[in-house]
Amino acid sequence: MADRELTPRIVVVGAGPAGVRAAQTLLEAGIRPVVIDEAARAGGQIYRRQPTNFRRSHEALYGTEAARAQAVHDGFDAIAATVDYRPDTLVWNIADGQVWTASERGYATLAYDALILCTGATDRLMPVKGWHYAGAYSLGAAQVALKAQACAIGARVVFMGSGPLLYLVASQYVKAGAKVAAVLDTSPLSNRLRAAVDLIAQPGILADGVALTRALAKAGVPVLTGVTPLEITGNAENGVNGVRVRLANGTERDFAADAVALGYHLRPETQLADLARCDFAFDAKTRQWLPKRDQDGRASVAGVYLAGDGARILGARSAEVSGRLAALAALADLGHKVDPLTLVHLRRQVASYARFARGLATAFPWPHEQAANLPDEAIVCRCEAVTAGDLRRVVNETGAKEANRAKAFSRVGMGRCQGRYCGHAGAEVIAACANIPVEQVGRLRGQAPVKPLPVAIAPEGEE
Amino acid sequence: MTQGRFVRLAEQDRPSLTLYVDGQPVTAMEGDTLMVAMLAAGRVLRTSEFGDGKRAGFCLMAACQDCWVWTEDGGRLRACSTPASAGLRLSTSQPGASWPTAN
Repeated sequence: MADRELTPRIVVVGAGPAGVRAAQTLLEAGIRPVVIDEAARAGGQIYRRQPTNFRRSHEALYGTEAARAQAVHDGFDAIAATVDYRPDTLVWNIADGQVWTASERGYATLAYDALILCTGATDRLMPVKGWHYAGAYSLGAAQVALKAQACAIGARVVFMGSGPLLYLVASQYVKAGAKVAAVLDTSPLSNRLRAAVDLIAQPGILADGVALTRALAKAGVPVLTGVTPLEITGNAENGVNGVRVRLANGTERDFAADAVALGYHLRPETQLADLARCDFAFDAKTRQWLPKRDQDGRASVAGVYLAGDGARILGARSAEVSGRLAALAALADLGHKVDPLTLVHLRRQVASYARFARGLATAFPWPHEQAANLPDEAIVCRCEAVTAGDLRRVVNETGAKEANRAKAFSRVGMGRCQGRYCGHAGAEVIAACANIPVEQVGRLRGQAPVKPLPVAIAPEGEE
Repeated sequence: MTQGRFVRLAEQDRPSLTLYVDGQPVTAMEGDTLMVAMLAAGRVLRTSEFGDGKRAGFCLMAACQDCWVWTEDGGRLRACSTPASAGLRLSTSQPGASWPTAN
């Protein structure tokens, strides 16, 4: 408590690219922040680190992003002993100006003067019949298996969904020697031409993306666009044995596989912003609710700042910049002098990444129309095996059209993932069934604890 | 032994360790998560409590909670984020309980 009088306590949640750059920026201004990270090693998901006894190089792990990943890792290693770093620690609630943490040491609360949320993202998922079978994984999962554990998720993997990560992970699998059966993209190729006007904002990343597609073609991997997923085939006992899709020309086709990596770009982890009572607004372009923030990351609640993919899906490069900006905003609000030219420079970079992200949303749209066509027997909630038919019955029989009300009746969103993987699709199913715009369905409220907690750990204390 | 679900592509010169899944020995490597230890040797992690079959995890980033396994004394572990350790005894079903439980 002693140094609390001298320096304000700034808590940074998350040690990915945004959290690392925020922490560095605070230290440069003479403030020693608390950095709380759920992972054992800093880096986040995109720059996720392998265990200490693995030996692959940054080049092997991160490809074109190797230098950036290395800079983030080295940057944090250089300050880890100086900041109040708390790895393996979950922030499970925010209330009364305090973060509530859980770790192997126990439960604790920590009061803050400023809170910088760098909570990152998870995959955005659209259900497909059979996605509960063993061997169906999120796209991010496929990448984590490779990066963090040097494994492929199967002997023959189909990549299905849309977004830049689909091509990135598929090509990483090919490079690592895994068998990729096909890359099946729901977005029509013509969308990419329409997106070019925005994608050109980041010519380097665009060129990297084009190179990935070429590398897949060169490796003989079928890459099909404008595909409609129909079913992940297999059975409840043995899991996935393939996928069935409708091709752009209308014909159906089966691909044999023992694993499927499924994902439609990413969604921000906004539960903590929600618990901190930040206002949200509906983003029509990506059809999701996002926490409001100003250009530097200030949320609607004083003293709360949002950075990185946890606020907007703008990518890891942008997260480094928005992490710095959020820290500078916090510093300015606490009375520190902040160079206005630095702010202008950083804001300009974020604006460019935002334009590129708009292009990605045009090129690889969330295929919301699939929700209306999901067969009744398809599972929407993987946690508790609740089907699209169950959810539609609730909408039709009870008239529940609001997300939380429909959740109470159907349990879609109430399971152990707390709506992370069914929330967006569930809202689309409700909207299509009730014939209302998806924004009228609203959004699932964040609930504490944001992840299940072990009951057997002891109180650690209050700071 | 059935073929594993996960395929190891590199980093295979690590020291090995043995843990036990439903009483059977499983050979894994130092640095493996429980999930990789179990799925490099087998096909599934657990059975869904909701009657829809076997599960083998989903997100691998500690968000979906699909990969819960149990220690033999009933402790719950998230297989994707728990390192494998020698001698650990795991169960693919919750010992002495049926769903739902108050724990």
